[in-house]
Amino acid sequence: MWIFIVKRTGLMALTALCLTFLVFFLTNLQPNLEKLAKTQGNMRMSDVQVEQWLGDRGYNQPLLVRYGEWLGVAEGFVFTKENGKTVGRCVKPGADSIPSYCGVFQADMGWSSVFKDDVSRIVSKRLGLTGWLMLFVMLVMVPMALIIGVLAGMREGSRTDRSLSTFAIITTATPEYVSGVIFVVIFASSAVGLRWFKGSSASAMDEITIANFSLPVMTMAFYGMGYIARMTRASMAEVMTAQYIRTARLKGVSFRNIVLKHALRNALIAPFTVIMLQIPWLLTGVVIVETLFNYKGFGWLLVQAASNNDIDLLLACSMVAVFVVLITQLISDIGYVFLNPRIRIN
Amino acid sequence: MEALTVLQITIGILTQLIPVWVAMGIIFSLSLYYRPRLGLYGHLFDSRVGTMGLVLVLFWVLTAIFADLIITHDPLGQISGMKNKGLGFPVRGVEGTYYLLGGDNLARDIFSRVVMGSRSVLTIAPAATVFAFMVGITLGLPAGYRSGKLDTVLSFLANLVLAFPVILLFFLLVTPEIRSTGVPIYLAAVLFLFPIILFVVLFQSRFYTQPVKRNFYVLIVLVLGFWAYSGLAFNMDPLGVFYMEPNLLNIFVAVVFVNSPTVFRIVRGLTLDIKTRDYVAAAETRGEGPWYIMLWEILPNARGPLIVDFCLRIGYITILLGTLGFFGLGVSPESPDWGMTINEGRKLLSIYPHLAIPPALALMSLVLGLNLLADGLREQSLKD
Repeated sequence: MWIFIVKRTGLMALTALCLTFLVFFLTNLQPNLEKLAKTQGNMRMSDVQVEQWLGDRGYNQPLLVRYGEWLGVAEGFVFTKENGKTVGRCVKPGADSIPSYCGVFQADMGWSSVFKDDVSRIVSKRLGLTGWLMLFVMLVMVPMALIIGVLAGMREGSRTDRSLSTFAIITTATPEYVSGVIFVVIFASSAVGLRWFKGSSASAMDEITIANFSLPVMTMAFYGMGYIARMTRASMAEVMTAQYIRTARLKGVSFRNIVLKHALRNALIAPFTVIMLQIPWLLTGVVIVETLFNYKGFGWLLVQAASNNDIDLLLACSMVAVFVVLITQLISDIGYVFLNPRIRIN
Repeated sequence: MEALTVLQITIGILTQLIPVWVAMGIIFSLSLYYRPRLGLYGHLFDSRVGTMGLVLVLFWVLTAIFADLIITHDPLGQISGMKNKGLGFPVRGVEGTYYLLGGDNLARDIFSRVVMGSRSVLTIAPAATVFAFMVGITLGLPAGYRSGKLDTVLSFLANLVLAFPVILLFFLLVTPEIRSTGVPIYLAAVLFLFPIILFVVLFQSRFYTQPVKRNFYVLIVLVLGFWAYSGLAFNMDPLGVFYMEPNLLNIFVAVVFVNSPTVFRIVRGLTLDIKTRDYVAAAETRGEGPWYIMLWEILPNARGPLIVDFCLRIGYITILLGTLGFFGLGVSPESPDWGMTINEGRKLLSIYPHLAIPPALALMSLVLGLNLLADGLREQSLKD
């Protein structure tokens, strides 16, 4: 078991290294750097000036060296201009001294060129906001999906099964930008509709209320729910055909007790994996929902970082996203072994 | 003139869609008549879910085919005075014509735009799915059949792409800056090579004992393949038949790139399962080559799950294309792309809900149809 975890952690580190390098490569392509120079310096810079701006800040060094700088294994670039001003990777406004190394290994994620702030501070603040969203989505989505799945799977082929399965298919066919739009029209539109909730969640960043937070949570839960429900249904239906269920039936246990005491526990092993693997998948949903409802969390930050080519911020965001994916994969694998004694990892 | 009532709008839309109804009627009556001879497709009509899915998918396919006959106005044309006008509003100046689903914020006919939008979705999504499948099959079969180092490397690469958040990859891969560096072209140069490889190996492994036949087929594949390849990937088709907008190529390549690792994993898993069967052992004993066994023994027997995933994947890619449009990374700013129309409409959602709802429902119904179809196919293929 421990060897398995160590192996997986090593693989995770390698994956994270490869992926961050890929993001680094894509954000540091020459046109992206020129765009960065123009937005940070002056929109009307000539090509020579752009070249000089990039050279002064060390962007003309080889890609691997700069990736090493970002990681914190290579010394940060420093350049003193003719007017005595120092610029470089590790130079931060307001700081007294310039450290020679500043990278991920020094717990320094860099400086955001758009927000003019420390990247780790921005990311942690926005992650907190998204954390609330995810918490409520999980609280709504998981129990509902499990209930639908169990109710549908306990009597396969019945009318309940067919209608609940159709409902599950409908939710998987409704991406967030479709259901969000429909929900806003039904529940929040000022022209038609019920006007129960607000169409914008901007105020939820200060205080979460039912009025401002229901729609984003509903929108995200709706799309994610169907898949978990279908997996639960399949797993439940399979368990219900098992020999020990038939034995329980024959000895006269009530249907209610069969479902609750005998079937449920075994039927919920597979959905556990699915739920864990669903978490990273929710990221796309987070980005869409936060854009749609103007909730400035991690998804919003990702959009801002990508559209402004804010290199350090984008790298930090992708690190977070990649680690969420890898850690949920690891948890789902380990949890699966704990839940299912028939599987042993060597 | 007064605006149309809801009933009149419904009748108007149904009338415009007459070509679709006629074609659908013909297809269904023929299918039901020849049903016993149609195999899996014929069995589809046994399940209610499958039939429903088929109706929805066929509806959109036929709408895309007959789009020119169905539209009431030019989907890009703006008529003054029609900006954000409601459902069934009469067109100013032209007697007896209406904007059936109203006008958008640039005074264009929403009904015609939704109908036209189905064309781009229904060409890009299936085409991207086909390419993703060819890449996934070409790599997944040897990975599953040979195992060993090749499998380790390919699986690591596939997991690498899968660990990457889709939305982030799109933000990085679909930008004007990326296009100017030529990254999409390099990616296309690699990805578009796989179909050619697949077909060459397919014929080579089958007909290598009959060199004349083999040479004939391989030559056809190579000529046609590289002709299309030169046009699609490098835009250097000497005859100018095959051509892709740089923007479209960028999106297409990104979508194929994101989806092929999943297909790879499915094919690999199926191969691992099927290679233990007796007929594979029989083929090995006969002395068949590895590619013959992979392509002519294993692949045909893996078709059931692959067809089901094919339907699901078209739906998923439709959703992805909509997501791209939603973030303004769509095919082109003018085109009646569903995702982009939703994005434009959502800004005015609380005042003019009719702008975003039609494309949203269109997208949902198409994906729903594909999912139901996949469900029906799965149900029927499990029965055999």
